[in-house]
Amino acid sequence: MSGTFVGMPAFPVAAKEAVGNPTLRGNLRHATHTIRAKRAKAVEEVSDWAELREAGKRIKDHTLRHLDRYLVQLEESVRAAGGTVHWAADADEANRIVTRLVQETGESEVVKVKSMATQEIGLNEALEAAGIRAYETDLAELIVQLGKDRPSHILVPAIHRNRGEIRDIFRAEMSEWGRPAPDGLTDTPAELAEAARLHLREKFLRAKVGVSGANFMVAETGTLVVVESEGNGRMCLTLPETLISVVGIEKTVPTWRDLEVFLQTLPRSSTAERMNPYTSTWTGTTDGDGPRVFHLVLLDNGRTDTLADEVGRQALRCIRCSACLNVCPVYERAGGHAYGSVYPGPIGAILSPQLRGTGSEIDASLPYASSLCGACYEVCPVAIDIPEVLVHLRERVVQGGPVVREGNRVVLKPAKGHAAERAAMRAAGWAFGRPGALRAGQRVASRSRRWHPRTLPGPGRAWSGTRELPAVPAEPFRDWWQRTQDGKGDAK
Amino acid sequence: MSSRERVLGRVRRALADVPRDDAPVERGYLREHGARSVAENVELLAENLADYRALVHRANAEELPMLIMRLLAERGSQQVLVPPGLPPEWMAAADPVRIHDRAVSTPHELDKVESVVTGCALAIAETGTIVLDGGPDQGRRRITLVPDHHICVVRVPDQVVSSVPQALERLDPLRPLTWISGPSATSDIELDRVEGVHGPRTLEVILVTGHDGE
Repeated sequence: MSGTFVGMPAFPVAAKEAVGNPTLRGNLRHATHTIRAKRAKAVEEVSDWAELREAGKRIKDHTLRHLDRYLVQLEESVRAAGGTVHWAADADEANRIVTRLVQETGESEVVKVKSMATQEIGLNEALEAAGIRAYETDLAELIVQLGKDRPSHILVPAIHRNRGEIRDIFRAEMSEWGRPAPDGLTDTPAELAEAARLHLREKFLRAKVGVSGANFMVAETGTLVVVESEGNGRMCLTLPETLISVVGIEKTVPTWRDLEVFLQTLPRSSTAERMNPYTSTWTGTTDGDGPRVFHLVLLDNGRTDTLADEVGRQALRCIRCSACLNVCPVYERAGGHAYGSVYPGPIGAILSPQLRGTGSEIDASLPYASSLCGACYEVCPVAIDIPEVLVHLRERVVQGGPVVREGNRVVLKPAKGHAAERAAMRAAGWAFGRPGALRAGQRVASRSRRWHPRTLPGPGRAWSGTRELPAVPAEPFRDWWQRTQDGKGDAK
Repeated sequence: MSSRERVLGRVRRALADVPRDDAPVERGYLREHGARSVAENVELLAENLADYRALVHRANAEELPMLIMRLLAERGSQQVLVPPGLPPEWMAAADPVRIHDRAVSTPHELDKVESVVTGCALAIAETGTIVLDGGPDQGRRRITLVPDHHICVVRVPDQVVSSVPQALERLDPLRPLTWISGPSATSDIELDRVEGVHGPRTLEVILVTGHDGE
């Protein structure tokens, strides 16, 4: 995945820092609560939401079960419509393909519509290394790019910034990249948006190459779909001569008709609207309208490894609506950066460790970035059981076991740092199997309770660092039962 | 081995444990929400368009040229883009210089034009959406994107469908489609909604009755 996040500390460390930042927490709380309330209203309007959710889940599951067949069909349809299809097994390969395609046009700059897939592979950095400048054109992505920052939310990537910070970034950085910010720029959103409009229009009008992702790809027709609000997507998809779309293989849907489900559930779940302002669809190239050359890069980059996991593969149903972020009590306080990935929040906590493996400290910590409250599952428009996958991944982190990495079956070792947990579980298992030993142990614990520490020593310190150690009762329950009921209770 | 074979091979191995049932997906959802008469559908379209800050106007076929003239005059537009197949009578009363979208015209030239007038392929009542499919009265995708002011004429009731499923049924996926719900908008700065940034900041929709064929 992207080099942007290399070196991020594990989630607990990053979250602890974020929680101590009151501005960030205020911004996040405002954002998540506002979107959450609006979304609930937008969903209420549709009486068949449960049926749409179920159909969305089934369409995606069906597609994943036959993904090989649908990918081949998609490839044929795109070719028949005048596009060229490329396959990329990993991020490096995708970056090499896109870099080569841009170089073949002779251009040294591209305009980009916001795309999670190209962020995931670190495309901007790869292009930069080849001397090609990639301009992000979504307003929030522009703020992030000019501020040399990282996105913190799937839908509103600059939500951690307030208007004053944005004005300062525009004033300081716009001139580096093109048209400078207007003199006397204030911090009203309308003025800031106008500054971005002028700055970016310059780039749109001269751009020869556009780079996009896609929300959906229709196997039957070869149609790609981009859903957006600002019109920067339309600019990137229609003004350049060459369009390069980098799309994860899981974005496939079988038929044109399937869009009727997702074009109803995605806008309501993400921006809480009946419909987003702009949806563009294109099928290959059209004579005299839009790009003359269209390339589609189909990206694996860990998706087939995720597909190989019978519990975790449901994460590939995700349509990137971000509803789970906005209901998550952990995301609301820790913010997007703490997840160390382009996919933050609950979906990021299950998607990133599957796409990247749980080898790094940050990825091994992500399955724990949750209270397992289940709100993310309730709100998910394709019914991904995120808590189920979290628990499954925790088990994998602690116990290790067989997984698929880069197409190969490997056996994962238990992650470091969970030795105490494993030892405790083994000890508990042993004690519960031996009533005599359990009774003796409980009595010893009760009698020594005055000397119990408030926090655990050694490897247990991490656990008690964020939790109260439960007080041991003066008398074990079993002894109390024996004494008061004389062992003749109504136990059945 | 090519990457194509590698990726497809990985997919097949990943699915080795999965039953490849071919049962069609059950679709328990509705084709449209609620039962509305044709007239009610048009009302709902108008309501939802306005809710998304499009400016909604109504006219019959005779009033249409005057209305278009008035809307252009109110904006002070000197130049107006028209797609090649726009019914000429729509613009019969308009003063501004008509610009035709020629293949050789550059995006920079389009940027100087203030307004564009088009028809549409259809409109969706439940979501307040107009859909363009590049037909002769709508023109290329770029002409409804670069100018800041878009006037779109919807023939009611025959171009109005109730719902998203009904719209997809009627649209041709091989054409480039643009679905528009209100003007360009962003909520990226502290979630304050701002019209703009990149597409037309003003969208005016004219619901016209009594056109040819009625």
